[in-house]
Amino acid sequence: MSERIREKLSILADAAKYDVSCSSSGSKRKNDNKGLGNGHSSGICHTYTEDGRCVSLLKILLTNHCIFDCAYCVSRKSNDIERAAFTVDEVVQLTMNFYRRNYIEGLFLSSGIFKNADFTMERLLKVVKKLRLEERYNGYIHLKTIPGASEELVREAGMYVDRMSINLEMPTETGLKLLAPDKSHKDVIKPLGDVQRQIIQFKEEKKVIKSVPQFVPAGQSTQMVIGATPETDKDIMHTAAEFYKNFSLRRVYYSGYIPISTDNRLPLLGTQPPLIRENRLYQTDWLMRFYGFHVNELLNDANPHLDVDIDPKLSWALRNLQFFPLDINIASYQMILRIPGIGVSSARKIVQARKFGRLRIDQLKKIGVAYNRAKYFITCTDSPPMFRDYQATQIKSFILAESQSKYLKNDIQQLNLF
Amino acid sequence: MIYVFDGSLEGLLTAVFEYHERRPSKLILTTAECYQPDVFTPAHRVDNDPEKADRVWKALHRKLPAKWLRIFYCTYLSEMPEAFRDLFEFCRYIFSNPSGATENYGNPHVLAVAGYARKVEREKHRMEAFIRFQQSSDGLFYCGIDPDFNVIPLIMKHFKDRYADQTWVIYDYKRHYGIYYNLDKVEEIYLKQEDEKNLKLQRDKIASAQEPLYASLWKDYFKSTNIKARKNTKLHVRHVPRRYWKYLTEKE
Repeated sequence: MSERIREKLSILADAAKYDVSCSSSGSKRKNDNKGLGNGHSSGICHTYTEDGRCVSLLKILLTNHCIFDCAYCVSRKSNDIERAAFTVDEVVQLTMNFYRRNYIEGLFLSSGIFKNADFTMERLLKVVKKLRLEERYNGYIHLKTIPGASEELVREAGMYVDRMSINLEMPTETGLKLLAPDKSHKDVIKPLGDVQRQIIQFKEEKKVIKSVPQFVPAGQSTQMVIGATPETDKDIMHTAAEFYKNFSLRRVYYSGYIPISTDNRLPLLGTQPPLIRENRLYQTDWLMRFYGFHVNELLNDANPHLDVDIDPKLSWALRNLQFFPLDINIASYQMILRIPGIGVSSARKIVQARKFGRLRIDQLKKIGVAYNRAKYFITCTDSPPMFRDYQATQIKSFILAESQSKYLKNDIQQLNLF
Repeated sequence: MIYVFDGSLEGLLTAVFEYHERRPSKLILTTAECYQPDVFTPAHRVDNDPEKADRVWKALHRKLPAKWLRIFYCTYLSEMPEAFRDLFEFCRYIFSNPSGATENYGNPHVLAVAGYARKVEREKHRMEAFIRFQQSSDGLFYCGIDPDFNVIPLIMKHFKDRYADQTWVIYDYKRHYGIYYNLDKVEEIYLKQEDEKNLKLQRDKIASAQEPLYASLWKDYFKSTNIKARKNTKLHVRHVPRRYWKYLTEKE
């Protein structure tokens, strides 16, 4: 018995790991009934794999049997791999026992599609209901919405889970049609919209009647595969921005494609996953969500790709030197946020601290500003005047010479003379 | 003038009170443990006085927003001599300025106190993440830790709220005390030296029969969720520093 379950866990965890969504934040579910678990509003990462990604949820598929044949997916019908399926009880027991030992923050449950969408969704719903109602489990649950499942099932699941998500897979419709002819962005947009409307409706009702139950309290997210099809960074981020706006998504995840197939529509086996690109896309995502940048400022027809050697905030600043240098002691918070080398928490501290007197370089450094980067874009009480009037290319080369990129140093094939 | 106090929160607050009573011109604060007599500087031993400490604590309540009271307490829990000195200077600064002075991140003591608190909160968060319970044959979930700072008072509520339907023990080997939850409330416990040793060295012997199965399932899961093509040891170690590996079932 224990051997079989170990085998199943290996197969079904292995198949689920390409879904990069990991967050366990945003839910404040309380442990009111003296059961097990609660939500932690900022989430907890309980461990990290050797590739540096966090492990916060038990991320598994209910089964990797699937009726679809999407070229980018390990579990596609035509792929010759071992198949397995958990029973409802096995998933419940695994979740409860891992949770009790503080291994995990909750359950992330997805599934290959067997028979049809509704049948699969019903099975997922059974797991969730058993956890919540029979085991009195109040920990985090992230459930994948199965595309094409009926609205009633999705709605019922929403009453028990903390987050729901459904993957866009490819950033554009044409990309998706190329690799997964059976699928369409429409299958994603409809459930995202349904759940979104219900979230709003429940919130409205909650304002009037306090006892209205929670509905998907941690919101929705989605994921795009990067580098499997030839989209530009502009296509990707404009799609992301649109989905953030239309569906109030909490997160869009970008997953660098890891070659798993010999299909000639896809990158060759053994190709390095596009890790730098993925990193730059996440940086752009953060700039849009927390730094007040509009996607058009970062990526437009003139600049359809992000720079690989410098981050998107610095490259925006270098293209827009007319705004700089900014005086730290009078600039608005919104503008301070746009200075390379200053993050959200340093910007807040600067705005608070300058009420008590003009700020100097040493204070900025202590507050946490990356001064060597920021110095080309700011003036403060005692900044020397010599950093004025450099060209963008000069500033870029100064900064690159001083900083050590975590990626580039592996790429430069510099010969040593001695 | 050197003020010597016993290292407790009450002692620290009493010291603040006595400073404002006497107002010596130049003052160094130190704990009894770190105190080294100095021929040229007179010393004053601070005797804990709950009344004085209480008055200072109430005054802090009036002066500081809730967020800063927590920062103050966290910095105290770091148990570092420099942190005590910064807390003392911080109090002097707070009491000699109008409320709202905590926003002045240009002040070195404000910044230092906020910095210590951040370290303590990080350790607290790591304990919430890295504690791994083992279940004993009588159903108790237990775990021993030796955190950098005294974070047990901070993690108590988290574990009480979360694991409400199981009994559990978290024990701090370094500070020789722990907390025990008996399905109703959390109690402080102190183990005898022998028992402490047993808990540390023979923890696998008291484990339940199910324990090895779930430990190995967890290790399997940890292995199969890794993507080899993305290996990044540097990042891995940054997130899980080596000193925490001893807690982690999956790193055994």
